[in-house]
Amino acid sequence: MMMINDAVLMNEEKAAFGLRALYQSYGYTPYKMSKFEEYELYVRNKDFLVSDHVITFTDTNGRLMALKPDVTLSIIKNGKDSGDVTQKVYYNENVYRVSKGSHAYKEIMQAGLECIGQIDDYQIFEVLMLACESLKMISDRFVLDISHLGIVSAIIERMQVTTAVRAELVKCIGEKNIHGIAALCANNGIDAAAADDLVALISAYGDSKATLAALCGRCVDTETKAAYEQLCTVVGALERAGYGNAVRIDFSVTGDMRYYNGIVFRGFIDGVPTGILSGGQYDNLMRKMGRKAGAIGFAVYLDLLERMDIENENRYDVDVVLLYDADTDIADLQSAVSALQAEGKSTMTQMQVPEKIRCKELLKLTKEGVQTIETNA
Amino acid sequence: MLNVALPKGRIGEKVYGMFEAAGLECPSIRENNRKLIFENEAVGVRYFWVKPSDVAIYVERGAADIGVAGKDILLEYEPDIYELLDLNIGKCRMAVAAREGFRDNAQKTLKVATKFTNIAQTYYTALGRDIDIIRLNGSIELAPILGLSDVIVDIVETGTTLRENHLQVMETIVPISARLIANKAAFKFKNDAIVSIVNKLSQTVEVSK
Repeated sequence: MMMINDAVLMNEEKAAFGLRALYQSYGYTPYKMSKFEEYELYVRNKDFLVSDHVITFTDTNGRLMALKPDVTLSIIKNGKDSGDVTQKVYYNENVYRVSKGSHAYKEIMQAGLECIGQIDDYQIFEVLMLACESLKMISDRFVLDISHLGIVSAIIERMQVTTAVRAELVKCIGEKNIHGIAALCANNGIDAAAADDLVALISAYGDSKATLAALCGRCVDTETKAAYEQLCTVVGALERAGYGNAVRIDFSVTGDMRYYNGIVFRGFIDGVPTGILSGGQYDNLMRKMGRKAGAIGFAVYLDLLERMDIENENRYDVDVVLLYDADTDIADLQSAVSALQAEGKSTMTQMQVPEKIRCKELLKLTKEGVQTIETNA
Repeated sequence: MLNVALPKGRIGEKVYGMFEAAGLECPSIRENNRKLIFENEAVGVRYFWVKPSDVAIYVERGAADIGVAGKDILLEYEPDIYELLDLNIGKCRMAVAAREGFRDNAQKTLKVATKFTNIAQTYYTALGRDIDIIRLNGSIELAPILGLSDVIVDIVETGTTLRENHLQVMETIVPISARLIANKAAFKFKNDAIVSIVNKLSQTVEVSK
């Protein structure tokens, strides 16, 4: 049986293997899909995509195809509603999006899961718990921010604003921009009580129990109360499961409300400057795509792990560079390499000292045996 | 250690004064030398001066935990950050200006010269106006005078440069001031330090209003 040495795996590869085992242990089954999808799927749901740039090409039959910029849409499109049975799938796929910095297309390794069907409080808890476990697998120092769009959208609805003002409000919410919300409310004659509720919501951050307790009095009407109670139920379950310290209530986590509803969340790990996990309940997207079932899921952006632990990065390309010359006996060279490898040292054989290769030891095989020329460790 | 990106120049010095008054002093920053990074281990802060338009990038990418950037830069580059406080300094406005007596003919494409292409595009898209953007990097005011553009979209502080060149403000797009911004991940893992500085700075801002 082949054993894989952990040390040779990149951060993202280690995470991908770990996540696969984690999701399978909760009954999630692998979902493999084609790299291509009909472009029309993305045109119809352009706003759901992180970036609206898609790589397209014309297939041999004349159909306009796209390299997948997203996985969730394909899973919904290819699935069928099946009564009470909840479909649980996970994936590990590459998607193709425009990178914000370089404005060029980039291949992004993404893992994640989707739970489609009867989405009750337990299913929501399980997905959130798996999100926590996914982050914990990458780093012990992680935070999962949770929001409930039911509360946010009910308060915005109460403000009775135009679509443009609503979009600006949502932008301010995502930025924790309290002064921006105050200015928007003042300039658009928005009801002071609703404005005050929104500011209180965005200002709240920290320990989930204390934050929820502080917001209790602001979630009293039918819509906000039901959403608040659901948030309390799942966060309480996460606390009992031991994730209390890592879970934060943060209403600045948003999502396009035409697609997302209910609980939305984002995960961070110390050392990566942006959110590494993003997810939520997206029943509205399911309706848009003609599905009756509910759905919740998340994606982990594995490409972001590439830059982690840069300080602890292996400073050497190889443990040993072993030099030999044209007269060296092949059997002697072979046994010298085997002996070094038996000591756990990676060994590169060379006839000359290679440029741009950093090694801990530079050795030379002579008739007298292996001699040390240089030690860098 | 809290990493703070300050914008080089007059605003940056004023901002450092606010941080100093809030208890995050770093005396070495006042020394006249060519150092780029200034650190005070005792209070747990590290400052660095960067080009004002780069502050948002340092913060978004996590090289700085917090920083101070103009609202113009935030609107133009739309970085994924938290905008925690309006510091109420460096106040000016983003405006549309044109030659005195200019009449906008809505039947023609409007030629707009600007450094802030995203802000100009967003503004005119919302108005449903067809425009031709001419991206310039400086001396924007020259464009309408020489007939390169019909209007300009630029920052107006006192309006003196416009007046002296027989230009006038047609519309104010948005008021601008310096904002305290934070990296999203740093806000989670250095929350106490960031919230503490936000609270102290907001008191200073309130007093100065």
